[in-house]
Amino acid sequence: MTTTENPIQANVGRTRLRKEDARLVTGRTNFTDDIRLPGMVHMVVVRSPMAHAKVTNVDLTGALDMPGVVAAFSGADLADDAGGLPCAWPVTEDMVAPEHKALAIDEVAYVGDGVAVVLASTAAEAVDAAERVVVDYDPLPAVVDMKAAIADGADLAQSTLDTNVSYRWPLANGDIDAAFDGADVVVEREFVQQRLIPSAMEPRAVVAAPMGVSDELTVWSATQVPHFVRVFLAAVIGIDEQNLRVIAPDVGGGFGSKLDIYAEEILALVLAQKLGRPVKWTETRSEGFQATIHGRDQVQKISLAMDADGRFRGLKVDLLADMGAYMQLLTPGIPILGAFMYSGIYKMDAYDFSCRGVFTNKTPTDAYRGAGRPEATFAIERIVDEAAHELGVDPMELRKRNWIQHDEFPYEMIGTLTFDSGNYEAATARAIEMFDYDGRRAEQANRRDSGGTKQLGIGISTFTEMCGLAPSRVLGNLRYVAGGWEYAQVRMLFSGKVEVITGTSPHGQGHDTAWSQIAADALGVPFEDIIVRHGDTAVSHRGLDTYGSRSLVVGGAALAAACGKVVEKARRVAAHLLEADEDDVEFSDGAFRVVGSPETSMTMQEVSTATFVAHDLPDGMEPSLDSDASVDPDNFSYPHGTHLALVEVDTETGQVELLDYVSVDDVGNVVNPQIVEGQVHGGLAQGIAQALYEGAVYDQAGNLQTGSFVDYYVPGAPDFPTFRTDRTVTPATTNDLGVKGVGEAGTIASTPAIINGVIDAVRHLGVNEVLMPASPRNVWTAIQQAAASGSADSDDAQAAAAVQADDAGPDAAAADNAGQAQHAAGDTGTSTGGDA
Amino acid sequence: MIPASFDYVRAGSAEEAVAALVEHGDEAKVLAGGHSLIPMMRLRLAVPEVLVDITEAGLAGITDAGDHLVIGAATTHHDVATDKVIETHCGVLAHVAATIGDPQVRHRGTIGGGLAHGDSAGDLPAVLLALEGTMVVQGPGGRRTVPASEFFVDYLETAVAADELLVEVHVPKLDDSWGWDYQKFTRVAQAWATVGALALVSSNGTISDARVGLTHMGSVPIRASATEAALAGQSTDAIADAAARAADDTDPPSDLNADADFRRHLATVLSRRALEAAVG
Ligand SMILES: Cc1cc2nc3c(=O)[nH]c(=O)nc-3n(C[C@H](O)[C@H](O)[C@H](O)COP(=O)(O)OP(=O)(O)OC[C@H]3O[C@@H](n4cnc5c(N)ncnc54)[C@H](O)[C@@H]3O)c2cc1C
Repeated sequence: MTTTENPIQANVGRTRLRKEDARLVTGRTNFTDDIRLPGMVHMVVVRSPMAHAKVTNVDLTGALDMPGVVAAFSGADLADDAGGLPCAWPVTEDMVAPEHKALAIDEVAYVGDGVAVVLASTAAEAVDAAERVVVDYDPLPAVVDMKAAIADGADLAQSTLDTNVSYRWPLANGDIDAAFDGADVVVEREFVQQRLIPSAMEPRAVVAAPMGVSDELTVWSATQVPHFVRVFLAAVIGIDEQNLRVIAPDVGGGFGSKLDIYAEEILALVLAQKLGRPVKWTETRSEGFQATIHGRDQVQKISLAMDADGRFRGLKVDLLADMGAYMQLLTPGIPILGAFMYSGIYKMDAYDFSCRGVFTNKTPTDAYRGAGRPEATFAIERIVDEAAHELGVDPMELRKRNWIQHDEFPYEMIGTLTFDSGNYEAATARAIEMFDYDGRRAEQANRRDSGGTKQLGIGISTFTEMCGLAPSRVLGNLRYVAGGWEYAQVRMLFSGKVEVITGTSPHGQGHDTAWSQIAADALGVPFEDIIVRHGDTAVSHRGLDTYGSRSLVVGGAALAAACGKVVEKARRVAAHLLEADEDDVEFSDGAFRVVGSPETSMTMQEVSTATFVAHDLPDGMEPSLDSDASVDPDNFSYPHGTHLALVEVDTETGQVELLDYVSVDDVGNVVNPQIVEGQVHGGLAQGIAQALYEGAVYDQAGNLQTGSFVDYYVPGAPDFPTFRTDRTVTPATTNDLGVKGVGEAGTIASTPAIINGVIDAVRHLGVNEVLMPASPRNVWTAIQQAAASGSADSDDAQAAAAVQADDAGPDAAAADNAGQAQHAAGDTGTSTGGDA
Repeated sequence: MIPASFDYVRAGSAEEAVAALVEHGDEAKVLAGGHSLIPMMRLRLAVPEVLVDITEAGLAGITDAGDHLVIGAATTHHDVATDKVIETHCGVLAHVAATIGDPQVRHRGTIGGGLAHGDSAGDLPAVLLALEGTMVVQGPGGRRTVPASEFFVDYLETAVAADELLVEVHVPKLDDSWGWDYQKFTRVAQAWATVGALALVSSNGTISDARVGLTHMGSVPIRASATEAALAGQSTDAIADAAARAADDTDPPSDLNADADFRRHLATVLSRRALEAAVG
């Protein structure tokens, strides 16, 4: 079902095969590791095997004696060459952020923290020599668990800290006490967002060339954010910004893990200058597991207050967010992005959110696909399911009773944002129809009755999110140090061909194609006549790069604006040459025509050439059609959708199989349906991966136990059914293209859909919580614990039984997590439970 | 990761390979598909000084030898999985080979490597145990045969000595009385088994011979002997009770996927399912 569809143009709205794929898929392009420069040396970082220790001595002599070695340095050797890694989001005035040097000097704070570097003529020589560096450590207690970290008298993650709590950040709206005091039912839960390892296909890599090798300092980096890298490297190292050029060549994925300024970028540039030779560093996969940021890792205490009829009154969230050992670029802000999203698509009277950022001796966390919003969406979508169970109503019905109706937009929601547009009814109706919701419920009931070991569950997620980062003013209010505008430039070449320059920095998203489509229609030139340039600060001097599903929403809007300026300049030239009044010249299908005499016309290409030769231009006009635009939106964009999952749980083994997945997303207008489809599929896979497969595990000493793909399960195509996707179109009103951003939606929506489905499949066995990932072990354990506590369905006592699941078994984390369906004081007994 | 430096010898025959192994002693390692060895070298968990590559030593190929099949040690998992002779006479082996890793792994990894590596989490040991196959090992003194039951000695250790080479794998032809199934329990589709249960049953209503090989249930691959004993001469109704004993006397490892108790539980469930499918 489609509510409002944007007109399909020659290019925009149609699938065009991605221009960039041939070079990306064949590898016939430059990724950073492909860059080889004369005289280049290879850098290897020696990393701490201890989670927390004093560094008492670093002995480099063994390494310096090895063949091919050019130099080796300890943290102390480089102490004065650069400042610490930047954090661009000090979320509160009094936030604590310990200094984060590129190499640790006195103290290491996580396994993987760099302590020394070795540079050699070949990578192999550098690796061999690095093994000869001898570092003496004096172990300190490792802080691994956040709850332990905030307890009184807890060990400290770094000896410079007074407390492991970095900051407390609140958000409140409405009278929360009134909402809870008057509530008939309160449902309270604690959810654990496990730590995830982003696992982009291309590892991180950097090459830095000093002055003399090139005319300026040049850094190639496998980064999402070349413009950020330029600004921050210049500041941290003390280089004049104009002398630093940063290039992100083709980049193989990021998911947020390359939205950072990393130690190795600082080291490569500092050492290139020191040695006067280009320096290359390429991460190994195992190294990446430790030394590239992780995602998620939050503990969410959430309670929802309702009236007896299920109307939501208020929501409280108390969040612990694991920062890891240090603040990286956006670390403290990630849970804050989630803060605005806990109320989801629902109306309520009051909201109270508080987050504590906690230091531990683990790899720093930072943005990972969805960044804060998946965590928030999980919590609200999970607790709505629990609330429905508590009330004895179908979980879809409870959502309908509470969501914002389509005629209520624009809607100022309880989290203080204004949702500009949306139609939850339409997306849900379409999803229900595609999924055959009622049919599946009947199938589920049959399976239940048959009593077999393969039980069906239906998982629902009706999500929204905020993306298109972002209005600069809002970011400023949130103490984010950068803005959120975006830049585009259109260069009209002699022959009428076009160069598009964008400040976004694609790393797999397909901007070459989508931007060509937008420019082709706006300028009336063929798609093939356009090249899109990006990722080089010398080519695109302005830009704020690619993350937060912002590129099309902000960067695409900037491109449309720049194209508009080109057309206006060209109209002036055409009118002059056609000897008509400018107001009488129309532009359509790539040609300027005089109203009333359509045969009098000039194509954009002709105008472009005429402007270039400049033989006959209007008086006073510059001989150029080139135009640029910077666009700063005044609101975020809010994609939404309804996702439905059919899962089968093997109750004997705990194995979960995803049988069917339907997603209906509303991402506003669509430039290229196939690219959108690809983003949705990839996003779903990543969100489902959190639900079922992935999870970084540390032992009590702070060692990463899931240190390779042998133990950290990234699923592949064989693990998924063919996703069934569709879209509704409710254009965004906050940008001229009406687009909303699709990069993260699938990831945000799918995790709770799967977990809701898993629990729905085994709720009759007394299970109302399962730790993620819902691995066979975790699901089986949940089933065993429910059985041990006798909480399985009986004819009349289900709700009571569900409460008892609390005091299940010995697995502390699972027990912590088990449901706590609390009734507010004076409970009138509304909650009778029962399978809806 | 970059492995430590090593010398490389490409053997043109089994004899050449053995000669190189004798020459270099403990410092040498046989290189077959490299899909277990090279990852260990890249992580520097293995640092051999010499690699003796046997992929071009004439050790690949499948021969029908009358009552049994002879499979060259360097035959890839892919070739084992797709070979018509194996399919016809020993379908269970082809089936198991097809569950290994992903297509890339199967096109490089070899049956000899999968067995000589001696990893109880590998899929091939369980099926060789159940088939009661035989390994042919060649050393400086010539060839000797080792029954599968004596081949797996300890964790990552087999009966193949440092100067020996596994050259052939012999498996019996199975007649129509045999049914089989392999229950491979994994976290993602393309992964090692958390636990696997291989059932190979000869029956005509009454079970004359039931064999159950277990993957990843101890430091070496094993058979579920209590289950097997409880089934001999019984009707298929005995399967559920017999399978409940599949984990008797096992000492399975604990890891993130399963602690020992969960592994034992899985072994019983998977053995029951495999047996039921094998006779079904
Ligand atoms: C991603 C991935 C997934 C995998 N998944 C599975 C799986 O699901 N199930 C599974 O069973 N395996 C799996 N494997 C392992 C794979 O099957 C390997 O190929 C196999 O274990 C080793 O065979 P190889 O030929 O590669 O041996 P190599 O790696 O070359 O050698 C392995 C060891 O055996 C020795 N060796 C090899 N051949 C001989 C010989 N003829 N004589 C004496 N010694 C020899 C070597 O010296 C070495 O010690 C996987 C591997 C990878 C990389």
